[in-house]
Amino acid sequence: MVRLSKENGLNCVLALALLAAPFVATALDEPFYITLATRVAILAIAGVGLNLALGLGGLVSFGHAAFFGLGGYAAGILASHALNYEPILSSPFELNGTTQMLVIWFVALLVSGLAALLIGFFSLRTSGVYFIMITLAFAQMIYYFAISWPAYGGEDGLSIYVRNVLPGVNTMDPISFFMIAFVLLMLVILFSSMIKNSRFGAALQAARQNDERLATVGIHPFGIRLTTFVISAMITALSGALFADLNRFVSPDMLAWHMSGEIMVFVILGGVGRLFGPVVGAALFILIESVFGGISEYWMFYLGLVLLGVVLYARGGVIGFLAGKEKHD
Amino acid sequence: MKKTGILKAGLVGLSMCLAGTAAAEPVKVGMITTLSGGGAGLGVDVRDGFMLAVKQSGNKDLEVVIEDDARKPALAVQIADKMIQSEKVDILTGIIWSNLAMAVIPSTVSQGKFYISPNAGPSQLAGKGCNANYFNAAYQNDNLHEGMGAYATKAGYQKTFIMAPNYPAGKDSLTGFKRFYKGELAGEVYTKLGQTDYAAEIAQIRASGADSVFVFLPGGMGIAFMKQYAQSGVFKPVMGPAFSFDQGILQAVGQNAVGVKNSSHWSKDLDVPGNKEFVESFQAEFGRLPSLYAVQGFDAANLILSAMSKADVNDKEAFRAALKEADIQSPRGAFKFNKNNHPIQNIYVREVIKEGDIYTNKIDSLALENHQDAYADECKM
Amino acid sequence: MTSALIIEQLLNGLQFGVMLFLMAAGLTLVFGVMGLINLAHGSLYMVGAFACAAVASYTGSFWLGVVASLAASAAAGALVEVTVIRRLYNRDHLDQVLATFALILIFSEGTRYLFGSFPLFLNVPDMLAGPISLPGGLQYPLYRFAIIVVGALVAFGLYLLISRTRLGIRIRAGESDRAMIAALGIDIRLLYTIVFALGAALAGLAGALVGAIQSVQVGMGEPVLILAFVVIVIGGIGSIKGALVGAVLVGVVDTLGRFLLPQFFQLFMDNAQATSIGSALASMSIYILMALVLVVKPKGLFPANG
Repeated sequence: MVRLSKENGLNCVLALALLAAPFVATALDEPFYITLATRVAILAIAGVGLNLALGLGGLVSFGHAAFFGLGGYAAGILASHALNYEPILSSPFELNGTTQMLVIWFVALLVSGLAALLIGFFSLRTSGVYFIMITLAFAQMIYYFAISWPAYGGEDGLSIYVRNVLPGVNTMDPISFFMIAFVLLMLVILFSSMIKNSRFGAALQAARQNDERLATVGIHPFGIRLTTFVISAMITALSGALFADLNRFVSPDMLAWHMSGEIMVFVILGGVGRLFGPVVGAALFILIESVFGGISEYWMFYLGLVLLGVVLYARGGVIGFLAGKEKHD
Repeated sequence: MKKTGILKAGLVGLSMCLAGTAAAEPVKVGMITTLSGGGAGLGVDVRDGFMLAVKQSGNKDLEVVIEDDARKPALAVQIADKMIQSEKVDILTGIIWSNLAMAVIPSTVSQGKFYISPNAGPSQLAGKGCNANYFNAAYQNDNLHEGMGAYATKAGYQKTFIMAPNYPAGKDSLTGFKRFYKGELAGEVYTKLGQTDYAAEIAQIRASGADSVFVFLPGGMGIAFMKQYAQSGVFKPVMGPAFSFDQGILQAVGQNAVGVKNSSHWSKDLDVPGNKEFVESFQAEFGRLPSLYAVQGFDAANLILSAMSKADVNDKEAFRAALKEADIQSPRGAFKFNKNNHPIQNIYVREVIKEGDIYTNKIDSLALENHQDAYADECKM
Repeated sequence: MTSALIIEQLLNGLQFGVMLFLMAAGLTLVFGVMGLINLAHGSLYMVGAFACAAVASYTGSFWLGVVASLAASAAAGALVEVTVIRRLYNRDHLDQVLATFALILIFSEGTRYLFGSFPLFLNVPDMLAGPISLPGGLQYPLYRFAIIVVGALVAFGLYLLISRTRLGIRIRAGESDRAMIAALGIDIRLLYTIVFALGAALAGLAGALVGAIQSVQVGMGEPVLILAFVVIVIGGIGSIKGALVGAVLVGVVDTLGRFLLPQFFQLFMDNAQATSIGSALASMSIYILMALVLVVKPKGLFPANG
């Protein structure tokens, strides 16, 4: 059921604006803005993933870079094996790399899902600050592993050289690649909206507010939280796989704790728990980065000020500012 | 800044239509370098060296756009896309770190743009991954470590303890050292990247009975190691590549580094034509002594300027040939490109000294003459 | 491998742990009393190091530098508390993480604006330079030994402060029941500012002491910050005792891991591969330790507030 609230209207405008961006860029003969718009769409997917855990489940994960990076490495490793014609595994059976995006996405989802299952299983035994820190710790483990593991480039990272392929689409064409990211973004937003409005989502929100009450009606918050954490991680990994394809490059940088912080920034800048929050957040972040980055070498100082301003004075982020407080059903 | 860039490009295009052919083709250079965060000192030196050469040339046809990559590979890729697609640059340069270079250079050169490296020469790009449009104005990553290995052999060290951070450049470093070192190793240790406390490693050095120590610990890691080593009471001589003992960081290490031998392709007191002038003009312009990064930035700019005077940047073939001639007077002396577009140059050994109140280096000896890197033969070019 | 080497490595681990304790004590105090996660704690460490380096090079006295570092970081802490942190106490952890993440960016770039992009010089004072001989013929850097002593003194001082003074009573009251101390008529805003400035001063002291044997540069606080968080999570957030135990545990595990793991793998692998894998595992060791502790005790070794 779509009610035409102020927020829904705003969401439509945002989606259309993002969709229009590359076409405007083409009209202005500024192809770089297509890349920027693609970047926004891809990073927004990561934000949508984290938003599910953070906004809906109240799970403040400070380690989502782990999943973002795992998605990226899934793409990078599979593609590099395919391009070098070296099987990933020769015994007991032969396993080859691939440049098919669909396969890569599937592997990224699978790997990150398993990782999240493991990490979540241990982390969700804790709560509050402990949860924040243990997710950070797991991400740091993977980060240091990636830096020092020599097989896939270590700190130098891994170049893909050619963009992976999707049947029926020319992925090297910037607008086509943008459309892939855009469609996936819309799909994950739709998916998270469905979760939000489902019985599962209701249970999740109830668990955030009161553990015991939920347990008395026979629902175990642990299972619900773990499921949410895994789904959230998988969406973020999908974004990582696309990000690798956008840059034609993966590196441990994608796994660093700064990346976890940035994904969190997208969510909060836009508005925690808001469907389109991560889209606005990612767009704003990229804008600050590319506009201020060209003006002053102290641009991160200004980024800090903007962030601080949003946290202190614009609770609910940009969407909250524009569309007012979230209406609870 | 963006807008004026577009406007300028537009005006240039317009004036070209009107005037037919302009006298000299303008060249636009995009510099992506690290200007913020902990590693900013290196990027600042490259930028200043580069802009000094541009200023000295007085060439108005060279336009430079500079952006900060904050040492993040993904951001560097984004800026490279922007500079190629929006700013329509002809040449990219500026990257300091190998991992950022690996992210940007392959796709830049495959889009037909030139890349001149003012620092970082990862082995992949010197060997199989070499490219006609990629020129390295600095060094191949192994070079300085090889120089130190040759020196250690010459100095008669028998038992050297070697150490580097556990990442690709660290492994390349120790491989490079071992390539020219003939003695035996007292120990080989990889440390965590960004590690700041070396007590455990220094204890191992003490226990190993080494007669000398070779470390590759760039930036802050090297500062921390040298300070801690000086306090430890282990007095075995330390050697390393110039990165840990260069002008930018020597003041922070101070007395603790005096006497250390380090390998470099340049030194402030190197007696070659143009070096003295370079050092003086850099000092006059920026109020500090130049580092080897400044030299590399200076040479990268001069390479571009020299090629501009000989060829039109749109005639890729001719411009490439003009770059390859390396018709520049480098402050490091003789400089030419190998077949993989990496330098053939002398590697010297320097010694850290105190000169007045300033810590700096003086030339000790020549380690390797007209040295070329180990990967050139793998390059099919 | 001699026993002297093992003892030296244990001392190194202890010294590293003590340094971490100075960082972790402030963090855990601020969390225990005000319930605040402060990612910008590493920035206060950096402020301390820069203040010490600047004053030491201007006056030529390391000791004046240390005094300056205490003053500067406490002042910076108080300033930040009054302008920003104060508004965050009633927010959830998410807002706190983000706002203090923003503070890191502001502090780092602000420091770079003031001091430039190159590392500063700060050296060990002559009085504490060089090695000393310990019983058993062991040579150990005097300065590191001094850090261990300073850390022990600070730990003891904190113990006295919290168990014996009026301020300590209020801090303990604040830890157990925040509403109550307000009811007792204690100026809670002032108390919070004091506690925050105290934590900042400890971080600044750590920065100054460590700055003398490490590199004084922008961004130096971040690796230490993450380690300090690992420490307080292992120890139990809010507990000073936990911070001390956690810090020494992390220091020793990290140091011995770096030293022993590569040698362990050399037993059944070739040299180069063993050092590579061993050091990769060593850099992950403390995070593994933390995960293990939390699996067994989800609230750390010494959970505060029962």
